[in-house]
Amino acid sequence: MPPTVMLEVSRYRPERDDKPVFQTYEVPFRDDWVVLDALNHIKDQLDGSLSFRWSCRMGVCGSCGMMVNGRPKLTCAAFLSDYLPGPIRVEPLNYFPIMRDLIVDITAFLEKLKKVKPWIVRDEVWPLDKGEYRQTPEQLDVYKQFSQCINCMLCYAACPVVGLEPGFVGPAAIALAQRYNLDSRDDGAKQRMKILSDHAGIWGCTFVGECTQVCPKHVDPAGAIQQYKLAGALDTLQSFLLPWSAR
Amino acid sequence: MDTFSCDVLVVGGGGAGLRAAIAVAETYPNLSVTVISKVYPMRSHTVSAEGGAAAVIKSGDSLDEHAYDTISGGDWMCDQDAVEAFVREAPDEMLQLEHWGCPWSREPDGHIAVRPFGGMKNQRTWFAADKTGFHMLHTLFQTSLKYDGIRRHDECFVTKLLMDDGRCQGLVAIEQATGKIQAITAKAVILCTGGCGKIFPFTTNASIKNGDGMALAYRAGAALKDMEFVQYHPTGLPFTGILITEATRAEGGWLLNKDGYRYLQDYDLGTPQPKPVLRSMELGPRDRLSQAFMKEQEKGRTIKGPYGDYVHLDIRHLGAQVIDTKLPFVRELCLKYAGLDPVKEMIPVRPVVHYMMGGIHTDIHGATPMPGLYAAGEAACVSINGANRLGSNSLTELLVFGARSGKAAAAFASGQRAPNPSVLAQAQDEQRRLEGHFLHKTGGTERIATLRVAMQDIMEQSAGIYRDASALRQAVTKLGQLQERFHNLALDDHSYTFNTELTSALELSYMLDLAQVIIASALQRQESRGSHQRNDYPGRDDGKFLAHSVAYRAQDGSPRIEYLPVKITRWPPGQRVYGR
Ligand SMILES: Cc1cc2nc3c(=O)[nH]c(=O)nc-3n(C[C@H](O)[C@H](O)[C@H](O)COP(=O)(O)OP(=O)(O)OC[C@H]3O[C@@H](n4cnc5c(N)ncnc54)[C@H](O)[C@@H]3O)c2cc1C
Ligand code: SF4
Ligand code: FES
Repeated sequence: MPPTVMLEVSRYRPERDDKPVFQTYEVPFRDDWVVLDALNHIKDQLDGSLSFRWSCRMGVCGSCGMMVNGRPKLTCAAFLSDYLPGPIRVEPLNYFPIMRDLIVDITAFLEKLKKVKPWIVRDEVWPLDKGEYRQTPEQLDVYKQFSQCINCMLCYAACPVVGLEPGFVGPAAIALAQRYNLDSRDDGAKQRMKILSDHAGIWGCTFVGECTQVCPKHVDPAGAIQQYKLAGALDTLQSFLLPWSAR
Repeated sequence: MDTFSCDVLVVGGGGAGLRAAIAVAETYPNLSVTVISKVYPMRSHTVSAEGGAAAVIKSGDSLDEHAYDTISGGDWMCDQDAVEAFVREAPDEMLQLEHWGCPWSREPDGHIAVRPFGGMKNQRTWFAADKTGFHMLHTLFQTSLKYDGIRRHDECFVTKLLMDDGRCQGLVAIEQATGKIQAITAKAVILCTGGCGKIFPFTTNASIKNGDGMALAYRAGAALKDMEFVQYHPTGLPFTGILITEATRAEGGWLLNKDGYRYLQDYDLGTPQPKPVLRSMELGPRDRLSQAFMKEQEKGRTIKGPYGDYVHLDIRHLGAQVIDTKLPFVRELCLKYAGLDPVKEMIPVRPVVHYMMGGIHTDIHGATPMPGLYAAGEAACVSINGANRLGSNSLTELLVFGARSGKAAAAFASGQRAPNPSVLAQAQDEQRRLEGHFLHKTGGTERIATLRVAMQDIMEQSAGIYRDASALRQAVTKLGQLQERFHNLALDDHSYTFNTELTSALELSYMLDLAQVIIASALQRQESRGSHQRNDYPGRDDGKFLAHSVAYRAQDGSPRIEYLPVKITRWPPGQRVYGR
């Protein structure tokens, strides 16, 4: 085991840098340290000006996504030991505007999220005294996978379509739309389909499947996009063949 | 400086804050409501809650039993009127979340499933596998998006409350992206800023849990109640402090000492049975389980590890199928962070700082005695958690008291005139303070991390599971020294763009204030009750201390402690009985 490991960390301080530059730091190597621990060591002991987001350190808050040796990763779940002997390159997530050092601007994602109406849409809302909407474990299983998204943005940083077409709603938002579409309590699929097919993107997905590969929560956004396209195609076909059918 | 105004301003986008904001939007749609949060709402620490949320729903259970479990679990420090309101409103709040789409785990027939939980006599803990907080938070966040009336200031860090003549009229925040100061006036402010586990070195809490709102309220003249009651959860992973949820024991997991012996039987918690028994053994309350660990350690019956002693949590006998359907996150966390598979191996665990029973003193509507200032969630102390919170009561508390405070704040705001614009002058002063003391500060020799570690060590040594006067007195002195050293901080970062060194420094200053309050409250409570155990005062003293401590900030910055009687309605103080 080496006593230390080198980290090449991308720095961007808008007040002084025109473009990102790398700064190298030597940090102690420890078996149980993740990349985030190394960044915190830098911030605490070496350079208090390094900026990055983090919170839970248990892979569930979705704050700490960065590029580690060129791949999008949750840095709280990326062990130093997997990158020996180093150096380890840490950069902000691809395809997002960089605000500062390792922090990217995700405001566009939050707007996309809202666009897909990620809430239960009901034809008939029950009063609370009627009890719960029943849902069997099997019905839950149908959408469960798509409900596991932590909004970490790794899939956006891996998606070539996001790179080319920033208006693309993107993998996680589509997976979330599908999470509600498949929920037996929801009647909003039609509304969401219209939004998605009107917006740039879904048809641009070339099914590279990178999003699914990098997803730390096994959400399978690529699968969601495929399902959606299929449903969308049927929908379009149906409206074409049966223009007066109930929509 | 940017200025904004709104009717109700919610600080915090966790479970409590989002529930409060939705309550405002639903009950007073004509009011403007803003949620301000230092992280995007879905990053809030509610996201990491695992085990479940309690509410009576099954036949055979009753509100009174939920109340009794809560009150006896809290060692009679809970205000019983608050507990009664809590258990009564819990089922509807949980159903509401179901209607909003929370993917609760289900019975085969489609009804809500419940699981047992520590200190609960009946099964009443709703769960979404073992990612309950995650699903609740994302459901609330996504649902909040449908209300156009809810505005958000994401990644804005609150530094001060604007007070006018004892009334709260808004706050000052830093927009982290730009470093710009925001002055936001409001007719009512609800603090939903969560707990402060980061005051301690070994905790399940995220880096953002620094007690900001508690410190802001305290500095503004509000009282902090019952701050000496700090919950140690018995089962955290050594080193990381990652929580292994109580649901593991609810499903049938065992705690074993180094000899493979279910040691809880030696601590008046019942006799071991192969299947879990409610309010017994591994399903006893957290304070008692963490204390048992310490005793076991004294006897030399724990296991030595590089990060302190530990015992084993054994869930192997549950089998892969149960683990994968009911505890998938536990398996994921163990595989990732402990390098072991709980289907085949035992999990090393030790007690870990988890939750603050204390917080901002409010009434049962979430109102503080200061007009316009409200609080809910872990930041508040209503109090339903008393001297020891029962697992799965907190998530429900976020909903019940989040909603209550939202409605109460909205009702208050709708009858108020717009804030006095003169409060904005305070915002100017605050901007000067932030720039002078931090952003433009030069010189200084102390690193933030050095002071933070020193504070955490003091807290662990003096305010841990067992306490005594001499350690607490030393802590008073040492924390005073740290407050002095804080003025001598050396800051590397002078940028206005996402300056996380600035926010870390501010968080440290909040924590130092709260550390002093915890220590002062613990020193003055000369009895042992729930999570507060004094070696020098081993018994509970209802004669003197059936009372909440309320801490005010004195002129010199030190805490001044007063007491308020506990509200007893129907359950006079009794003995806490588990496993018998
Ligand atoms: C690992 C873990 C597991 C748990 N499991 C359970 C469980 O199974 N059942 C249960 O009942 N309870 C559980 N708890 C307890 C429960 O999750 C928490 O008490 C609860 O989620 C706190 O919610 P909150 O809304 O009060 O605060 P949080 O979710 O912590 O949110 C605080 C909010 O305040 C904001 N904020 C803080 N400071 C500032 C500032 N200065 N400026 C602006 N915004 C600010 C933050 O951005 C955040 O949005 C668990 C806790 C932990 C740590
Ligand atoms: S789909 Fe997966 S990779 Fe994409 S944001 Fe969600 S959790 Fe992250
Ligand atoms: S810090 Fe929360 S996901 Fe990594």
